[in-house]
Amino acid sequence: MSLDEPILSRRGLGRLGVAAATLAAVGAVKAANAPAEAQTTGGTIKVGILHSLSGTMAISETTLKDVMLMLIEQQNKKGGLLGKKLEAVIVDPASNWPLFAEKARQLISVDKCAATFGCWTSVSRKSVLPVFEELNSILFYPVQYEGQECSRNVFYTGAAPNQQAIPAVDYLMEQGKVKRWVLAGTDYVYPRTTNQILEAYLKSKGVAAADIMINYTPFGHSDWQNIVADIKKFGSAGKKTAVVSTINGDANVPFYKELGNQGVKATDIPVVAFSVGEEELAGLDTRPLLGHLAAWNYFQSVDTKENKAFIAAWKAFTKNPKRTTNDPMEAHYIGFNMWVKGVEKAGTVNPDAVIDALIGVSVPNLSGGYSAMMPNHHITKPVLIGEIQANGQFNTVSETPGLVVAQEWSPYVEDTKDLIGDWRAPLKCGAFNVKTGTCTAGKKA
Amino acid sequence: MHRLIALLLLMTLMLPASHAKADDAYEEIAASAQSISAANFDSVRRGIEELAVSDDPRAAVVIGALNDSLLFANEDHTLVIQQPDGTYVDARTGSPLPDLTDDDVKSVRVNNAVRSAIDAALGSLQLFAADAPKRLQAASAVFTSHDPAALPALDKALAKETNADVKRRMEQAKAAALLYSPDAGQSDKLAAVATLKARGDQDARSVLSTLAGETGPVAEAAGAAVVSIDRVLQIWSLAQSVYYGVSLGSVLLLAAAGLAITFGVMGVINMAHGEMVMIGAYTTFVVQQLMHTYLPSLYDISLLIAIPMAFLVSGGIGVAVERSLIRWLYGRPLETLLATWGLSLVLQQVVRSLFGANNRDVDTPGWMSGAFQLGGLNLTWNRMYIIVFAFLVVAALMAALRYTPLGLRMRAVTQNRRMAAAMGIRTPWIDALTFGLGSGVAGIAGVALSQIDNVSPNLGQGYIIDSFMVVVFGGVGNLWGTTLGALTLGIVNKFLEPIAGAVLGKIVVLVLLILFVQRNPRGMFPLKGRAVET
Repeated sequence: MSLDEPILSRRGLGRLGVAAATLAAVGAVKAANAPAEAQTTGGTIKVGILHSLSGTMAISETTLKDVMLMLIEQQNKKGGLLGKKLEAVIVDPASNWPLFAEKARQLISVDKCAATFGCWTSVSRKSVLPVFEELNSILFYPVQYEGQECSRNVFYTGAAPNQQAIPAVDYLMEQGKVKRWVLAGTDYVYPRTTNQILEAYLKSKGVAAADIMINYTPFGHSDWQNIVADIKKFGSAGKKTAVVSTINGDANVPFYKELGNQGVKATDIPVVAFSVGEEELAGLDTRPLLGHLAAWNYFQSVDTKENKAFIAAWKAFTKNPKRTTNDPMEAHYIGFNMWVKGVEKAGTVNPDAVIDALIGVSVPNLSGGYSAMMPNHHITKPVLIGEIQANGQFNTVSETPGLVVAQEWSPYVEDTKDLIGDWRAPLKCGAFNVKTGTCTAGKKA
Repeated sequence: MHRLIALLLLMTLMLPASHAKADDAYEEIAASAQSISAANFDSVRRGIEELAVSDDPRAAVVIGALNDSLLFANEDHTLVIQQPDGTYVDARTGSPLPDLTDDDVKSVRVNNAVRSAIDAALGSLQLFAADAPKRLQAASAVFTSHDPAALPALDKALAKETNADVKRRMEQAKAAALLYSPDAGQSDKLAAVATLKARGDQDARSVLSTLAGETGPVAEAAGAAVVSIDRVLQIWSLAQSVYYGVSLGSVLLLAAAGLAITFGVMGVINMAHGEMVMIGAYTTFVVQQLMHTYLPSLYDISLLIAIPMAFLVSGGIGVAVERSLIRWLYGRPLETLLATWGLSLVLQQVVRSLFGANNRDVDTPGWMSGAFQLGGLNLTWNRMYIIVFAFLVVAALMAALRYTPLGLRMRAVTQNRRMAAAMGIRTPWIDALTFGLGSGVAGIAGVALSQIDNVSPNLGQGYIIDSFMVVVFGGVGNLWGTTLGALTLGIVNKFLEPIAGAVLGKIVVLVLLILFVQRNPRGMFPLKGRAVET
């Protein structure tokens, strides 16, 4: 068929163009694929995997799905759990936050999964949280996050701010002699909350308001020219300056490229990032980034027996000798092993029994110690600060002497400084105010 | 063991003093390779500083090896350097150690404080290098470290220096070091402030503003110098904003140029346009990988080879898409919109399945990295090339439409399809080729964008909105309009960003654009003529 008459006037076309742009901007609903596998009961325990396999977050989350498959395969080789085989149920929430909630509901109600491992962004966790609480199931959340949350049904195996952000700032303050701070982040809940905590923390350490610059950019921001120039300008005030970056996902690569091109060296203005791991660096020429920092609880370069075995197993499982490992993968490794131990301890997969059994469980982590599940449903972790190397790996330059216990409610934020979470028997409360002695939220009888 | 220590002691006593100092430095560095702690990094730093001022002839080699992370220490605290072939040599003597393997040694770790010390040390060691660019670099390194310990070396180097540029840079480095030297007299310091004020850039401001907080005549002079530098920098920053705007505009222009053909000229609402850009970027990646393997000698110009390849790949896919999908949908804009939107998701997932979800690393060739100074402007090479490239692409596109037979037929078909058909033009083929041309140009844009953005399956999504905005704003079907539209949006964006922030700035631009299109539905430069009104 060919075009005989122009159907639309140019005027209409222009309007339609704006409509098209708006449609794209809204990020219209994408079709969900990958229906859950057919339900086969009998001798299996089902484990839900709720990670985006398409859309913007696929870059980070696909790896976590793979590591879960590897862990489940390893456990099945060891004879499964409670005499039954484990079976992975994979769904694809397609980086679409409301779809996370739908898929979570499907995993719990339709597939009857005993526990779910999943989510990356805080907004996806917030989206599934009511589902897990309503249907009383278990979620293991493997990513470092902003804290200020303590749900009975969620086990947070990533770092809370005091297990990542605050030690990193301390390191720069003590060893880097940093006096001026740029808090740069992507505009959503994790950077906003983290920066709020960091700002309060810096001020409590005597940093003047004029020495703190806060900057937010949209998701996927790609033109960093003037922001990097502003950072350089802010850094030319004669005091040592550092950038604390909570920039998320794809925006990091153009940011680091611009830093490299404008000649911002780590020796002049170091950038410490909380969302940049080995995986993100894989798509980048790291030579200009030598010495910029990241704070995590695990690096692929950690030199321990456990880590070497884990990396070897991972490379064999993915059949790719170049695959990297990263911090959220370790979190799933710890979380999965904790769940296995908790189920063995409870002798059943019943959520209430497992939730109670999980507190106090302790399993080896990959940096040569043991991580324990605390009553606030967060785990103990070592904090590592690493500098980017020319080969895309991190070189550990600082390590906390012991394990750090998570503070789920930040003591530096006015509203939450008196709150604690404790899901053990007498208290059973996610937000207990120690001043007033009342449970303000998340009470479960 | 005791005998060994005694022997070592004897040797140490027999050596001249400076060698003893160098020995201490070696020992200090080697001992700290055993574990990670703040104290160990400090002692490595001290070791480097001692080594730099000792007369040890191997100091430059050892510090250079540390800089390239090739310096290791074995268990009895001997420093060794790894050679390119993987074997080790003794750092102190340079004699080979064939028995040493990777398991015997631990690398000497480096952090930013150590790295600064390395830069400063290499700087003062290379002030006497034979070639001028190296000396210039060394002088810059000393300027950054402004360590008073480098003053004697600087004086010596200055006396010998003949190159005017290097000499000026060395004088600035000396001025910076003087300001931090406790022994320097007041008149020397005031002269140093004047030297830095004359340099007048951000680095000079940084050095001066440290002093401005103190009291005394030097601090006052420094304060005044900071104020005057700020005034000059402010004017430059205006020009810098315009440059940023033009640079953003050129990226928008590249992304939108192809859409100006498929949407502007043909009227196809092509939501898969961004994916054509993405495919161009992936073509660049594949071309680089292939050249890395088969033609390493030409690797530096791989981007130039990627340009025609990306045009052919994206253009070919464009022709195929037009023949198989879009031609059935002419005249049904809503269906076209949905079909191409679906196509964009399919293409994304295909690329994700083929190349993986991770970003791919497209190298930036040496001639495109870094920045240069033009007056007070700091211009990065990659952006500079992209600006030039964007205008070349648009010029080539205009020339193709105007002067080639294909361009003539394209214009004929869009202006009056029936008449063109009556004159013997095969209009379906012209449609396919026009769509292919637009897609091919999008592919070329992908080559450029691979230099500044992620090469990931989502690359295109970030540009589709902006591209539509540019084309609609500039005037549908008008390449001049697209060009001006892109530059205007870029500059407005960059002036709004510092005031409103990046998030709000984007929203404001979108709202302004909607208002503008309400008022002028045909954009800035509407096409005139009969075709428009039908």
